[in-house]
Amino acid sequence: MQEDFTSSQPIYLQLVERLCKQIVRGELPLGEKLPSLRDMAVQVGVNPNTVQRVYTELERIGVAETRRGQGTFVTSDQNRLFRLREELMMNYITAFLNDMREMGFTLQDVVRSLQEHQTPGVPNK
Amino acid sequence: MEHTIVSFQDVSKRYQLKEAVQHLSFDLPAGKVIGLIGPNGSGKTTTLKLMTGLLRPNSGRVLFQNQRVKRSMAEYVAYLSDTEAVYGFYTVRQMVNYYAGLYQDFDAVKASAMLEFMQLDGHQQVRTLSKGNNGRLKIVLAVSRKVPLIVMDEPLSGLDPLVRQSILTGLISFIDLESQTVVLSTHEVGEVEPFLDMAVLLDHGAVKAMDETDHIRETIGGSLLDWMKQALV
Repeated sequence: MQEDFTSSQPIYLQLVERLCKQIVRGELPLGEKLPSLRDMAVQVGVNPNTVQRVYTELERIGVAETRRGQGTFVTSDQNRLFRLREELMMNYITAFLNDMREMGFTLQDVVRSLQEHQTPGVPNK
Repeated sequence: MEHTIVSFQDVSKRYQLKEAVQHLSFDLPAGKVIGLIGPNGSGKTTTLKLMTGLLRPNSGRVLFQNQRVKRSMAEYVAYLSDTEAVYGFYTVRQMVNYYAGLYQDFDAVKASAMLEFMQLDGHQQVRTLSKGNNGRLKIVLAVSRKVPLIVMDEPLSGLDPLVRQSILTGLISFIDLESQTVVLSTHEVGEVEPFLDMAVLLDHGAVKAMDETDHIRETIGGSLLDWMKQALV
C-alpha cells in the first residue's frame, strides 16, 4: 500500500513524478479521473493537503485539469502526453550525464558505451 | 494569509522549581497536520496540555482562535493523552456510547465507520484489548469528535509498525482538514513525516526550529529526521 519516499526531495514532487510516469506508461489513461484527495492520500500514505499540492502542480504543468465540482482529471491532450514523455526522458538524461561528467567520462565515452550496452529485454537499435 | 488556530505568546510554565517550557512563541495554522517533535523531556506534553487548557501558563498567553485558552476549552478540543483514558470494564461499544453522551459534538456515525476501519469488535471488553487495539480505540474516540482542534500526545508510542500505519491511515481517512487541525507529538519522526504539513521542534523547553515539511526538504535536501539532527547538534 504505502510506498517509500527518498529523503532528498519534497514528497509532493516525488508524487508528481510518480503520477507523470503512470500517465506516460498508460496506467493512468488520458482523460481519466484521479482519485479524490482523501482516497489518494490514503492510497499513497500522505496527508490530503500534500495531494492537493500535487494536483495543483499537475495542473500548473498542464498534465491535469480540475473541473469544478467533478474532481481532477488527467489531461486529454495527446500532444501534452508526447511532450511529457520527452520531458521525463530529458530529466533522466540530464541527471545521468551529470553523474557521468562527475565521474570524468566524456560525452563520446558515454555514447560509445550506450551503443555497445546490452541489457536483456532492452532492444539496442 | 493562513488563518491561525493556536497562538503561543511568550509562554512559560514551571513545575515547582523545574522550568518545563520557557518563552514559547509560535502560531499554528488551521487545517494542517502539525508534528511536535523533540527529545524526551523537551516539553512536548507540557506544550500540548497548555494548548488544550489542561495546564495554565505561569506567564505569557495561549490563544485558541484568538481567545485565551481556558479549562472549558475541552468543548472545542479533543485531547488524546499518552496514558490510558479508557475504562476497562466497558465494552468498546459502551466506551463509544459513553463518549457520545459526554460530548455533544461526538459523531456516532463516524465512530462506527472508524471502528470498522480499525477492525475493532464492539462487544469486546476494553480491558481485554491488545495494546495495539487500545491505541486504535483511543484514536477513534478522539477523531470522532467534530471539533476544530485534535491534540494527540504520542498516539504511536509503544505500538508495532503495522498498528502505527493503521492509526496514521485511519487518521487521514477520517479527519476533515477543511474544518479541523491536528497537532500530535511523536518520536516516530521518519514514519510520520509524510503525514505532516509542518513540524515544530522543541528542545529544553524552547522552540528550536519550525517549518513546513516540504520546505525543509527543499532547503536542506534531506528528511525531517536529518533536519532534526542538524538542529539538535
